[in-house]
Amino acid sequence: MNEFLIYSLITIAKIGVVFGLVIGSVPVVVLAERKLLGWMQVRPGPNRVGPWGLLQTLVDAAKVFFKENIIPDGVEPLTYRLAPILVITPVLISASVIPFGPPVTIAGREITLAIADFDLSLLFFFAVATLSVYGIVLAGWSSNNKWSLMGGLRSSAQMFSYEITLSLSIVGILLTSGTFRLTAIAAQQAGGFWHWNMFLQPLGFVLFLLAAIAEVNRTPFDLPEAESELTGGFHTEYSGMRFVMFYMSEYSSVFVMSSVIATLFLGGYNPPFPYTFGTSWFDGAIGLFWLLAKIGALVFFFIWLRGTLPRLRYDELMMLGWKILLPLAFLNLIVTAILVALNWPGWVLGLTGVAALIVTDLVVSQILWRRRRAAG
Amino acid sequence: MLLVELIKGFSVTLRHIFRRRVTVQYPEQRRRDPPIFRGRHRLQRYADGLERCVGCALCASVCPSEAIYLEAAENDPANPVSPGERYARVYQIHLLRCIYCGFCEEACPEDAIVMGPEYELAADARAKCVIGKKDMLTPPEEGFGDYETFPVPRIG
Repeated sequence: MNEFLIYSLITIAKIGVVFGLVIGSVPVVVLAERKLLGWMQVRPGPNRVGPWGLLQTLVDAAKVFFKENIIPDGVEPLTYRLAPILVITPVLISASVIPFGPPVTIAGREITLAIADFDLSLLFFFAVATLSVYGIVLAGWSSNNKWSLMGGLRSSAQMFSYEITLSLSIVGILLTSGTFRLTAIAAQQAGGFWHWNMFLQPLGFVLFLLAAIAEVNRTPFDLPEAESELTGGFHTEYSGMRFVMFYMSEYSSVFVMSSVIATLFLGGYNPPFPYTFGTSWFDGAIGLFWLLAKIGALVFFFIWLRGTLPRLRYDELMMLGWKILLPLAFLNLIVTAILVALNWPGWVLGLTGVAALIVTDLVVSQILWRRRRAAG
Repeated sequence: MLLVELIKGFSVTLRHIFRRRVTVQYPEQRRRDPPIFRGRHRLQRYADGLERCVGCALCASVCPSEAIYLEAAENDPANPVSPGERYARVYQIHLLRCIYCGFCEEACPEDAIVMGPEYELAADARAKCVIGKKDMLTPPEEGFGDYETFPVPRIG
């Protein structure tokens, strides 16, 4: 076998693993969300189909396969058909740079457990992941429906506002780790949870988390959908498989975004205790396990958030994005840059971040309190 | 502090995950209905098998949605259907019109029509929603319908 063929086979195998995980996560996450939201609302959630309701999402998927794919009158046919594809493709592509395990050696060949491992992989992720906003805007625009259009518009404004924070909040990590390569960033966080970037960049972590929730359009930032205001927002006019593509992209983007958060801030595939990875396939599996555990925790957090917080008003969303998160991201960047330039130890960085968080919290709650009092 | 408030909110939802669920798993599990529950109507009998209804049609006239249709007929003295002079030859209730207000039960001087406990009244055709005497009247071989289980609701 020649080198090219082997390389292709390995890559196809890796694509199979990642694609399977991302797509396979959708029914799991959907069921987990419905169950957990149900429990938080003191009801059992789906429990009729299969034992403990486990087959509910599969049955839903089967149902939706047979549903009529309605194209309403007056839609822009090409973009209407294209939009769901444009939404889901970037999510799947962006998953390709995530390292899901340490490098392993199989049959004397070193394999990096990420589909694509190159110098600018983090930049690539953000470049591609943001593209899905095109699909949402096009879906809203081509649907020939006021509510859809408003959903699409909101989505574009929201993505614009939060993309800046999202990108700026990781510059701190770039400064401390000195690389754009996701595999290298993950590898640097080995040796116990105190090495995780979360503790080096607490402010950046919180900012990134908030901006990421806004990026994947989840409550409390799900204004593009806003079912209580826009009857479903950009996907109001969609049905059948096209609707499922939106649905799938929402949940798989939650999964992919969680995996990026885990890789950037929670040590990626590294276990929370000191552990030196060997190069066997089993160590790769251990890495995958820990990555999945962290993704699971983050997905739980996303669901928990949805069960707890109400949706923000549009002006509140913009205020939070531009007046609070963006200045904080700049502050984080400047302070991190200075501390890295002075070569101060990591715990100073961490403490500064925590202090900045507490000060922000105090200031913001003070302002909100005054405003509320002024409003009477 | 905003952060403290957030943590409070999050802890509330987290605690609710472990609460006992309040949902009644309906077809398997049923709630106990109160004794004055107003479900589908029943026509009562006396213990000797005679129908209580004497065909006075007060129920039909009090019914706000005009769901009751009633035709009275003279009793045969040798073989009476009810203890009075007349009885209800036809007694129909249109369940889709009925609003289950219970006025018929209140108006009935003989306590013949009462609101029963049945509430599973779904049907796949309109015609099936018009019920007659055979649906509401307890057949003699099944006993005479325990009057005590269908107390007339009293106010105060």
